[in-house]
Amino acid sequence: MAYNFKEYMERPDRLTAGHRMCAGCGASIALRNVLKAVKPEDHAVISNATSCMEVSTFIYPYTAWEDSYIHTAFENAAATCSGVEAAYRAMAKKGKIDSTYKFIAVGGDGGTYDIGFQSLSGAMERNTDMVYVCYDNEAYMNTGIQRSSATPQYADTTTTPVGTVSNGKPQNRKDLAEVIAAHHVPYVAQTTFVQNFKDLHIKSEKAIYTPGAAFLNIMAPCPRGWRYNTPDIMDICKAAVDTCFWPLFECYDGDKWVVNYIPKQKLPIEEFLKTQGRFAHLFKPENQHLIAEIQAEVDRRWEDLLNRANA
Amino acid sequence: MSIRERLSGNEAIATAMRQINPDVVAAFPITPSTEIPQYFSSYVANGQVDSVFVPVESEHSAMSATIGASAAGARAMTATSSCGLALMWEMLYVAASDRLPLALALVNRALSGPININCDHSDAMGARDAGWIQLFSENNQEAYDNMIQAFRISEHPDVRLPIMVCQDGFIISHGVENIELLEDDLVKKFVGEYKPEHYLLNAQEPLAVGPYANPPYIMESKKANLEALENSKKVMLEVAREFKQISGRDYGFFEAYKMDDADYAMVIMGSAAGTGKDAVDALREKGIKAGLLKIRMFRPFPASQVAETLKNVKVVACMDRTESFNTLNGPLGADVKSALYDMGSKVKVVNYVYGIGGRDVTVASLTSVYEDMMKIEADGTVGQAYRYLSLRG
Repeated sequence: MAYNFKEYMERPDRLTAGHRMCAGCGASIALRNVLKAVKPEDHAVISNATSCMEVSTFIYPYTAWEDSYIHTAFENAAATCSGVEAAYRAMAKKGKIDSTYKFIAVGGDGGTYDIGFQSLSGAMERNTDMVYVCYDNEAYMNTGIQRSSATPQYADTTTTPVGTVSNGKPQNRKDLAEVIAAHHVPYVAQTTFVQNFKDLHIKSEKAIYTPGAAFLNIMAPCPRGWRYNTPDIMDICKAAVDTCFWPLFECYDGDKWVVNYIPKQKLPIEEFLKTQGRFAHLFKPENQHLIAEIQAEVDRRWEDLLNRANA
Repeated sequence: MSIRERLSGNEAIATAMRQINPDVVAAFPITPSTEIPQYFSSYVANGQVDSVFVPVESEHSAMSATIGASAAGARAMTATSSCGLALMWEMLYVAASDRLPLALALVNRALSGPININCDHSDAMGARDAGWIQLFSENNQEAYDNMIQAFRISEHPDVRLPIMVCQDGFIISHGVENIELLEDDLVKKFVGEYKPEHYLLNAQEPLAVGPYANPPYIMESKKANLEALENSKKVMLEVAREFKQISGRDYGFFEAYKMDDADYAMVIMGSAAGTGKDAVDALREKGIKAGLLKIRMFRPFPASQVAETLKNVKVVACMDRTESFNTLNGPLGADVKSALYDMGSKVKVVNYVYGIGGRDVTVASLTSVYEDMMKIEADGTVGQAYRYLSLRG
């Protein structure tokens, strides 16, 4: 069936109101929209890594999740999900299951790029019939804005603070979607909140309904960690894709790369950086060369992606 | 009719697993438990079980997947040793707190470091406060029998807790001995079908597992875990009674060997209990009233029953196959002393660390412990209360 925004948005919410995430939090926007892609007649089990998402949506005795949900620890959402999925197969074989279930693991960039990386890699390599959704807000926000391997270079975080001899995080960010694509799983995609969520909705549905392992990387801004005016989130996401800082792409079976959006006019990286307090120090006159460095890396990665897609 | 076989401890556990036919097994290899998932994988490969085997990339993921499967509504289990159990440590508490009746076959091995692949109980002792049930085995027969009884105890509605069946690495796991197996159908009937009350894959009733618990709730959750452990004592005895009817073999909290009139009692767990019994027999022939108490259920600890059994002896020696570095005693020594103290007993207790990382345990070395107990009685004082056995000079 062709994508229909109205039909999508009219589906009941599976992550309901009343949770305690911050107003305007990118993670809750991401998950609410991902779960819209589960067909109303199907069921889901969500396996959530310890994160803002977990501690704010399932505070005993309340849950904001309409579907079955399991949290066990920080580094193992994918492994926990593997167990649930294995149980589904075993119980279905014995005729103990009468519904269709989809398996969705959820983690922030800390639980996905870093501490949960091994568990994620294992579940992907086993081609577990699940989707791993990373809401990437580019730092450990739950513990108070510490750097992760998803944090962009020169971002000011509480473990890479800007100081008299420091310009923020010295290293570049890990390209996790590419790493997962190298597992040659059926489907990998990267998206964020643009185009009225069409890109995110379509990719979520593909990820959830593609048999085997799928990975969805969603840039999900954090107003506290990124230090921006909360209502600006959509503009920031648009700037991220128009500067090619956060390209929208898909990779099928580890080798067929598709770039979903090529800006008519690629904007300079300043258009993304200037929206956020974590990059404010870069706009001092003496730090111009740092912005140039970031621009060069964005350009290099963008060209690399285009080459892969055209290969 | 029981089946006479010759099996190693690992083969015995794998055979029990084949007969139990769990829904999900998730495991990662580690010496000396590696054979268990290997044998089990061959059962899966040959269609001898209906189970789904998840070959995870670490023990942390093995326990995580087992937890996920159990929460989903499956009968699920894993096997490991040593550092594998240590890597699972974080998840052991989660399994207990989520009240999941999963099972773990532990093949006891020394924790690193230094790295050592041989037997001691340091791995199991690291898990003693995790809220699990822990059963120890003296030989392959007990490992098999404990495994067959495990899910009946853990899945009981008054319990609903994870259970660990321990056997000594190499000494039991790789030692081939005679064993009596039960028929497949008999085991199937005894273990029964698992019917969880609440589970993730119940479309009629979605379930959320593993909440954030604020201070008003977390203590009650720990108390509920404790009450379930307390309940597991009674349930274990009921299951043992039923198991005796099909096997003829007797199980309880512990085995009291020649304890009725004993003056000198050794409290011990695992394979060394067999060696200890030989020492007792030889001493009895010389007219020395030696006895031995072999703990089967270590968690929960059957404190009053242990104290009652030891109340008339003159000296007790607690044998810890681990070091807990409190410079005072080992975990078994601490529990036995607490149990005796709470009963108001003044019996003298000496505590030994023995058999670490595969250090030989012989009839001679355990006989020397009884000789030490006799000296303590003669001296009227314990002297050094915490000692090492068979340490090189």
